[in-house]
Amino acid sequence: MKTEQPLEGKILTPTFLICGLIFLISLIFMGKRFIYGLGAVTNMNDGYPWGLWIAFDVVIGTALGCGGYAMALLVYVFNKGEYHSLVRPALMTSLFGYTLAGVAVVLDVGRYWQLYNIFLPWHMNASSVLLEVALCVGAYVAVLWIEFSPTFLTKFGADNAKAFMNKIMFVFIALGILLPTMHQSSLGTVMVITGSKLSPLWWTRLLPVLFLISCIFLGYAIVVVESSLTGSRFPIHDESKLLGKISGIMAWLIAIYLVIRFADLGMRGHLDLAFKGDLLGNMFLLENLLLIVPMAVLFVPANRKNQRAMFLCAVSIVLAAAVYRFNTYIIGFDPGNGWHYFPSTGEIFISLGIVSLEIMAFLYFIKRLPIYRRS
Amino acid sequence: MKIKRRDFLKGLAGSAVLAMAPPAIAASSEKNRLPDALGILYDATLCVGCQACMVACKKANNMPMEFSGSQRQWDNPVDLSSKTLNIIKEYENGTAKVKDREIDGYAFIKRQCMHCVDPACVSACPATAMTKDPKTGIVSYNKDACIGCRYCAVACPFDIPKFEWDNPFPKIVKCQLCNHLVAKGQIAACASGCPTGASIFGPVKDLLIEAERRQTMIPGKYYEFPVAEVSSTKKEVHKVKQYIPYIYGKNDGGGTQTFMMAAVPFNKLGLPTLPDRSYAAMAENIQHTLYKGMILPIVVFGGLIFLVKRSEKNKKE
Amino acid sequence: MKDLNFTDPVNEKLKGVSRRDFMKFCGIMAASMGLPLGAGAKIAEAITTAKRRPPVIWLHGQECTGCTESLLRTSHPTIEHLILDLISLDYHETLEVGAGHQAEAALKKSVKDNAGKFVLVVEGSVPVKDGGVYCMIAGRPFGEIVKEVAAKAAAIIAIGSCATWGGWQSSDPNPTGATGIPEFLNGTTVVSIPGCPPNGYNFLSTVAYLLTFKKLPALDALGRPKFAYGRLIHENCERRPHFDAGRFAEQFGDEGHRLGYCLYKLGCKGPMTRNNCPVLHYCDVGAWPVNTGRPCFGCSEEGIGFTIPLFTEADIENVTPSSVHAPIQTTRGGGISKGAAALLGGIGGAAIGAGAVAAKRLGDKDKGDNS
Repeated sequence: MKTEQPLEGKILTPTFLICGLIFLISLIFMGKRFIYGLGAVTNMNDGYPWGLWIAFDVVIGTALGCGGYAMALLVYVFNKGEYHSLVRPALMTSLFGYTLAGVAVVLDVGRYWQLYNIFLPWHMNASSVLLEVALCVGAYVAVLWIEFSPTFLTKFGADNAKAFMNKIMFVFIALGILLPTMHQSSLGTVMVITGSKLSPLWWTRLLPVLFLISCIFLGYAIVVVESSLTGSRFPIHDESKLLGKISGIMAWLIAIYLVIRFADLGMRGHLDLAFKGDLLGNMFLLENLLLIVPMAVLFVPANRKNQRAMFLCAVSIVLAAAVYRFNTYIIGFDPGNGWHYFPSTGEIFISLGIVSLEIMAFLYFIKRLPIYRRS
Repeated sequence: MKIKRRDFLKGLAGSAVLAMAPPAIAASSEKNRLPDALGILYDATLCVGCQACMVACKKANNMPMEFSGSQRQWDNPVDLSSKTLNIIKEYENGTAKVKDREIDGYAFIKRQCMHCVDPACVSACPATAMTKDPKTGIVSYNKDACIGCRYCAVACPFDIPKFEWDNPFPKIVKCQLCNHLVAKGQIAACASGCPTGASIFGPVKDLLIEAERRQTMIPGKYYEFPVAEVSSTKKEVHKVKQYIPYIYGKNDGGGTQTFMMAAVPFNKLGLPTLPDRSYAAMAENIQHTLYKGMILPIVVFGGLIFLVKRSEKNKKE
Repeated sequence: MKDLNFTDPVNEKLKGVSRRDFMKFCGIMAASMGLPLGAGAKIAEAITTAKRRPPVIWLHGQECTGCTESLLRTSHPTIEHLILDLISLDYHETLEVGAGHQAEAALKKSVKDNAGKFVLVVEGSVPVKDGGVYCMIAGRPFGEIVKEVAAKAAAIIAIGSCATWGGWQSSDPNPTGATGIPEFLNGTTVVSIPGCPPNGYNFLSTVAYLLTFKKLPALDALGRPKFAYGRLIHENCERRPHFDAGRFAEQFGDEGHRLGYCLYKLGCKGPMTRNNCPVLHYCDVGAWPVNTGRPCFGCSEEGIGFTIPLFTEADIENVTPSSVHAPIQTTRGGGISKGAAALLGGIGGAAIGAGAVAAKRLGDKDKGDNS
């Protein structure tokens, strides 16, 4: 079939119910956070004021939500209409990733009742990188919901509204490409100001470039993972040919990224740190090996026809991008003065709860909304 | 189907080049010292570790007690925190027999907000909760603007802004150079509490002159040092030690308004080694290059509208 | 202590003093010198069984006689008299009955008869300028007398700051050239007991030690007994916790002063002065300058007392820092809790499991496609 349709099926599957249970338990930890403060639930401290929620839920979470952005680049900027069938699922993943990143932000900030301050012009600090990230992400969440609205409107049969949305959609599609370019690169710039506290293995003035390129190939990787996973369990249209092409693009992007990464590290004279054998050196090697191996595999055309190979390579790339962001925000960050950080049970559970909610929403959406093409 | 390499590279090269644009393109955001800036000069060689400055600070700012050491009879924090705005720390090496000696010696260091010339916290805060006074240069915090994101704490190279982790309605806490006392014409409590003149308050340009004067002193001889304020007539006579020939804070990280002098290398005392250009300026530079006047984003947006419309047209055909 | 055998002559000497008080006194002396248990008994025995009273010659130079007065100003005059009876005080210008030629004759006789056996105690400094004309006794410069008598002495004790290093007369411009005895008798071992005045017990303990063990107590590089002058006053001061916690009296009579806070800001020289005043106290009433609210001015320390102005703050040198200062670096935070490890393990396991299942399914699909 050439159009998207709900996949139907039971909602209350074991996976769904388990996720629901995890989410409910996480609500208890969230309650504790609001009643007793951040210190009661998290291990964040004065040396590591940002922890799992920022590094994982916000930075990695939004990066994982770059599927929509990456596909939009292909379809609209490079004019490759053939990838259109992958856009809607990617858009949905982006929707979840970004919306729940917003939830994580509300949980993480200390003075959440004043969070709207950053939207008030007289409070905005134009020099702040984080302001730009916050405003762009906020705007992008709105754009995503608008971009996704035709899917809802189809389900409710609101054809006139749908037609209107489609007419003005080009504005939001353009925004949906501009905004992530801005804020995903700026998520890299956020860490530039921490120069003296970030290991030279990760600190560079090219952080915005590296974050941007990595979020693009991460976006493609997420599309491959998500499509493969759904395809392995649900009767969706076989997109493996498209996935193969995307895998090729990914491989090239990774190559460019690695060249910039290593050239920059070499020019700054810190290549030796990678081979010191300590935690930082090993994390750096891990992060890049998780890219080099799949890149090499995917450069072989036969592998781009093998679904299993593509899936595993994509998983590796997703992990690599996640590890890169963990390294930049937490592991490579050392404020000195003897501080250490590792997320607490409460912190992990809350993140887990948010992810579980995401999985539940994902399962519900693909079964009740026209996201995928049926086989 | 092969991806047109041209299209592919075109799309990416543009953004990569722009992001790597050399600093010369953007207007410099280097900040200069304010002429009437106020600050503190701390001289580790005059400090006797009496901690009177910590007591005075807690009193003047109504800070609570903090017990994080092994003794619980009196306030003895191990670091700055949401309860401690100013702390004296002690460096020890080997047998720690002689004061202000690096090997087998000990020394004291005062840690407090440095009130930087180009503060990272002011640059970082998205809600303008951290502001630098345009006249005195004192960096202060406004809890009514703050959203509690803690980017200021992440950004500060000296790890000064501290957060109230145990409070469900938390604030950021840091030294504000007793601006509530300065407004009344008084001086910072730590300086007025210091018996030896190790911490003195005053206009930054006078403090720098005093710091340079001390750099010219001959070790072993007795000199007069002002107590509490740089312009004070009350003086203490001290025997001068061999200073490290460097005034910490003069240029570090773009410069600060709190200067440190010591006889033990500053990195051993826990002070970070920073380049003369502040990281805040570097980050702002990137932002301004890309987003000044929002010109680039608007241009790109225009280009994207064109591309999207074209692709939609192609889809229809 | 129980075995002490008091013979009759001693009983006479001990008239008016209970055995208990006497043993207590010897015990106190032993304790203040840091001697082991049992030494008190040894001292008591030495004092009471001495066959012949060792002769002591006490010379006075440029002094105020405060050291002698301090010695006598205890609340047990009976004991002091006893001690003075146990030694043969052959020459003491303040205490002796005779005067003039009689006194000088006694001095000459004692030195001749007891050559090599007597203890010389010197109180006061020697003027060296202008031929020593600033202190003449019986027509002779004091320095000359000291040299003559010291040559024949078995042991020399310089009591008080004046005798030890010149005292207040030696302050700039030192018009008389006041010199301490150790410096004056360059090369000879002199036990110094500085102070202005020194604690009477420091002197008494030194003499008792000498009588008991027939040798001098451990001395530091300046000839001062280590048991009394081994530590800075700052190390034993009861107000030290106030110093460490930053509580200071800012002015005489202010709240801090009345609360008994540290007197460092008022110029206390405790951090630069070696003595045992905070431990021993004076006048048997437990008083010493600091605990009456008066900062120490370093009376026993050369270069400090009568040299550095009263309200100039002391240098803190070579003092072991207190143990409660925050170190430069403290290890905090982190630590992987069991719950966190379990959760992460669980999540990792689940993810790997799900991934493996998906990979297998995809692999099967591939095989299906290829076949």
